[in-house]
Amino acid sequence: MDIFLLFISAIFVNNIILAQYLGLCPYLGCSKEKSVSIGMGCAVTFVMFMATLLTYLMQKNVLIPFNLGYLQTIAFILVIASLVQFVEMFLKKMVPPLYKSLGIFLPLITTNCAVLGVAIMVHRKELDITTSLLFSVASGLGFILAIVVMASIRERFEISRIPRAMKGVPIGLVMAGIMSLAFMAFKGMI
Amino acid sequence: MITVSVLTLFSLGFVSAGILAVASKVLYVEEDPRIEVVTDALPGANCGGCGFAGCEAYAIAVINDPNMPPNKCCAGGPDVSARVAELTGKAAGDADPEVAFRRCLKTEGNVAKNFEYFGIMTCAAAKLVYDGPDACAYSCLGFGDCVRACPFDAMWIEDDVVHIAPEKCTSCGSCVRTCPNTILELIPRRARVMVFCSSKDKAKAVKDVCEVGCISCGACIKKCPAKCITQENDIIVIDHQTCLAYGPSCEEACVEKCPRNILRCLNPDLMADAPVMDPARYPEETHVPDLKA
Repeated sequence: MDIFLLFISAIFVNNIILAQYLGLCPYLGCSKEKSVSIGMGCAVTFVMFMATLLTYLMQKNVLIPFNLGYLQTIAFILVIASLVQFVEMFLKKMVPPLYKSLGIFLPLITTNCAVLGVAIMVHRKELDITTSLLFSVASGLGFILAIVVMASIRERFEISRIPRAMKGVPIGLVMAGIMSLAFMAFKGMI
Repeated sequence: MITVSVLTLFSLGFVSAGILAVASKVLYVEEDPRIEVVTDALPGANCGGCGFAGCEAYAIAVINDPNMPPNKCCAGGPDVSARVAELTGKAAGDADPEVAFRRCLKTEGNVAKNFEYFGIMTCAAAKLVYDGPDACAYSCLGFGDCVRACPFDAMWIEDDVVHIAPEKCTSCGSCVRTCPNTILELIPRRARVMVFCSSKDKAKAVKDVCEVGCISCGACIKKCPAKCITQENDIIVIDHQTCLAYGPSCEEACVEKCPRNILRCLNPDLMADAPVMDPARYPEETHVPDLKA
């Protein structure tokens, strides 16, 4: 039940994009086509999971024993950036088909704040490692949900009659705001 | 205090750098260095005219597949073909330059209108409403889907129909794939005879709505000494290569014979004086119907 609540909370109530406003860059940048947005969402989820695992281990085994909690941000960025680089190389060599579908997004995620945000959040919430990993996956699913819904709506904008001044990014930003408002309705759920 | 933090960060960075350095050796993927060179030689418009997803995809194909001809890039033309052939060590082959061509004489034929269309101002959307506002389902709708699709600014809308600037057209075929009425096609630039109608309707239906539409009488087919005119899927098709090979000795019998005057012979070089290609009529900007409300 706790895990179920964790998922509901991370996907709907505290959606990483729409309620916490993290990772807005790919949310607006990669949401023009549905297929691209799905690729981006999957890549973010994957990196989020890996980054949470690695930074969790680092926090527990390096930063806390040496009493270096204040280095969290910079140390995490360093680890996540090198992790993404490594994953990119690994996929290119070992799983070319996956690299073809995710490869172009990986460099974009290197310093994505949603990834860093989740890695830091699990420590703020003081979750244990299993819960942390589940939380990262759930956040990733929330990211996919938001970006795919956004892309579906923006695909419709292509054939809608929109005043010229509002076309493109302006209507996208308005849409992002409205979607965020809509997700606020989940606030009272948990 | 500061020593610990400096040392920790330094060692973290050092370890990460070490892992990445080792990984870049261990996980090194051999990429054909020619791919980059060939991609650079291509125009980089990613128009898809070659049939691949982009310039890089074609570069990979042309390097890896010995049967892939180097002259697929229609946007780049002969120069690029020669360069790609040189880089991949293939015979260049002749790329017969092509140009997009509109198979419709809507303005001249005074095509009747079934209704006035007020909706999303694109051909694709207009086509969904009772096959479009024009009485002929094979007319140029004139909302400029092709103009928007053209990566090279070679098209514009004038008098309700699309016009093509041949010197800008690279025959990538983006417009051909976009047109919902399939009235655009690619023809060789040196084509002698063009068919200015793509209607598949029966003679009476065509006569009712258009003054110049093709009535499928077959006179041109019978007259052609080279047998290069056929009727495929209810439209007249000219085999331009056979036609060119036969040469001008037939004196364009098909053009002479066509009762509807839709087979026309333009200057052997299409660039010269075809009515749609008068340079004086190129507008400063391409005119696309505004999509504003």
